[in-house]
Amino acid sequence: MSAIPGKTIAEKIFSAHSGTDAYAGDIVVADVDFVMGQDGTTPLAIRALENMGVEAVFDPAKVAVVMDHSSPSPIEGVSALHTMMREFGKKTGAKVYDVGCGVCHQLIPENGHVVPGDLMVGCDSHTCTYGAVNVFSTGVGSTDGAAAMAAGKLWFKVPDTMKVTYTGELQPGVFSKDLILALAGRIGVDGATYMALEFHGPVIDALSVDARMTISNMAIEVGAKAGLMKADAKTLAWYEGRGDRAPQPVDPDADAVYAEEIVLDASVIGPQVAKPHAVDNVSPIEEVAGTKVAQGFIGTCTNGRLEDLKVAADILRGRKVHPDVRLIIAPASKQILLDAIAAGYIQDLVEAGAVLVTPGCGPCVGTHNGVPSDGENVISTANRNFKGRMGNSNAFIYLGSPATVAASVIEGVITDPRKYFTGGEA
Amino acid sequence: MQFSGTAHRYGRDIDTDVIIPARYLNTSDPAELAAHCLEDLDAAFVGKVSAGDILVAEENFGCGSSREHAPIAIKHAGVSVVIAKSFARIFYRNAINTGLPIMEAPEAVDGIGDGDEVTVDAETGLITNVTTGQSWQAQPFPPFVRDIIEGGGLVEAARAKVGGGAG
Repeated sequence: MSAIPGKTIAEKIFSAHSGTDAYAGDIVVADVDFVMGQDGTTPLAIRALENMGVEAVFDPAKVAVVMDHSSPSPIEGVSALHTMMREFGKKTGAKVYDVGCGVCHQLIPENGHVVPGDLMVGCDSHTCTYGAVNVFSTGVGSTDGAAAMAAGKLWFKVPDTMKVTYTGELQPGVFSKDLILALAGRIGVDGATYMALEFHGPVIDALSVDARMTISNMAIEVGAKAGLMKADAKTLAWYEGRGDRAPQPVDPDADAVYAEEIVLDASVIGPQVAKPHAVDNVSPIEEVAGTKVAQGFIGTCTNGRLEDLKVAADILRGRKVHPDVRLIIAPASKQILLDAIAAGYIQDLVEAGAVLVTPGCGPCVGTHNGVPSDGENVISTANRNFKGRMGNSNAFIYLGSPATVAASVIEGVITDPRKYFTGGEA
Repeated sequence: MQFSGTAHRYGRDIDTDVIIPARYLNTSDPAELAAHCLEDLDAAFVGKVSAGDILVAEENFGCGSSREHAPIAIKHAGVSVVIAKSFARIFYRNAINTGLPIMEAPEAVDGIGDGDEVTVDAETGLITNVTTGQSWQAQPFPPFVRDIIEGGGLVEAARAKVGGGAG
């Protein structure tokens, strides 16, 4: 006689949202709690809704569109797309986050649109970010997004889950960005294709919610469909005052079946850097230290949160950005900008020589706010370093933590930030 | 459903940023998107691709961003089918939804060189390298996928099925 097998977080969320007893490999039609689109993808979704002959969204309180990728508009083509999004909001009642509100992946959880236990889809690949707050959230294309906006449901294949456990203890000067880059280096950019990741262990438990989001944000960079974590006391505290829906935390069963299990010892992970032009082209910082950089960028849905700005401000306070380097800062939301102003971080960063741009995606996706020149190296806190990503296919993008970027822009070369954390500041 | 054309062969991890860079997402016009298809990877691609040609790539084709502009750009550049060793998850769904035929066929990819003439029978899954005479049996499209592709995309196919609707 065989016992009923336990379930992963993904299997439990899909079961609850499809009214079935779902396991990995099952195809289910599931209710979604929220649908989001950004200014690159929403126009195609609006077009798809028009082609479907659909005039309304399934629930205006559960749909939001965000102008963040090219915002404020740098070119008339985008201006027209933004207008189309505003008109869509007026027509359907969907929430519109206009220019300057911030990056979609900060705004959706920050405003309590999703809570632990939810299932949501977004027309942006980094929708996996909210796995950090126990939401099964995943990126879809505009046609799937339109179908979800119209029907409030979508078909899904319930994914297998890869369990990733970080043991040991994070060392000073090493951050959650380094943990996820280390995983990408280990399993590769298609190491978890079609799978959900579940992150566990004392290192994850010790991280703030902000820092956890950095990890879940990059689940897609190893091909994963989601990057899930448990909701703990920190998660629930973070949700206080955000929205009016009660969290429904979902824990995996102790006997859940995982397709793969990986254990990484955080105690031996130092600062990591992903080199051009692939996110899994990862080296310990020692191997790339000394590489000249022309531009630094701190921001994005990966690392544009308050504690990221704090880490950078703590390093740059009273110091100067190297004269041959531009440092661009894009807070992930207006609220983060306001909090960073109140805390004095923005003053510190701008006095050090940083350039502050509108809350949003900044130069990450190459539409505006700092396109690098031919042959230039960029050190960035973003999640992608693909060829041409920042708008110039002849530039070279290195990815690291906010501390690594801050340390590097001071010296004009990729620099190990640990000297600012171990009392050994030269 | 038969495809035949010249193979254009690329490597692994062809991401959606090189398929269609974000700086061109200021339009959703398929012809304009197609004009910049793959330009950061191979600036000559748009000039050399002919209607019906076949894109061949290694693992993880279409990784990265969820932009549906990527399969739209490939389709409207004239590509009839993409054959790869594997596809990234979001791209896989987007390709079918936008009516771009895709096939996972690792052995065929290994046996097709850049410039080879290739035919694909979507109904039987037979891929033939006309230049070398080799052929491989891949998974044929399930009937519903064939319906979507023949309809020109999910929305168009669904609308045809329900008998018109919005013009």
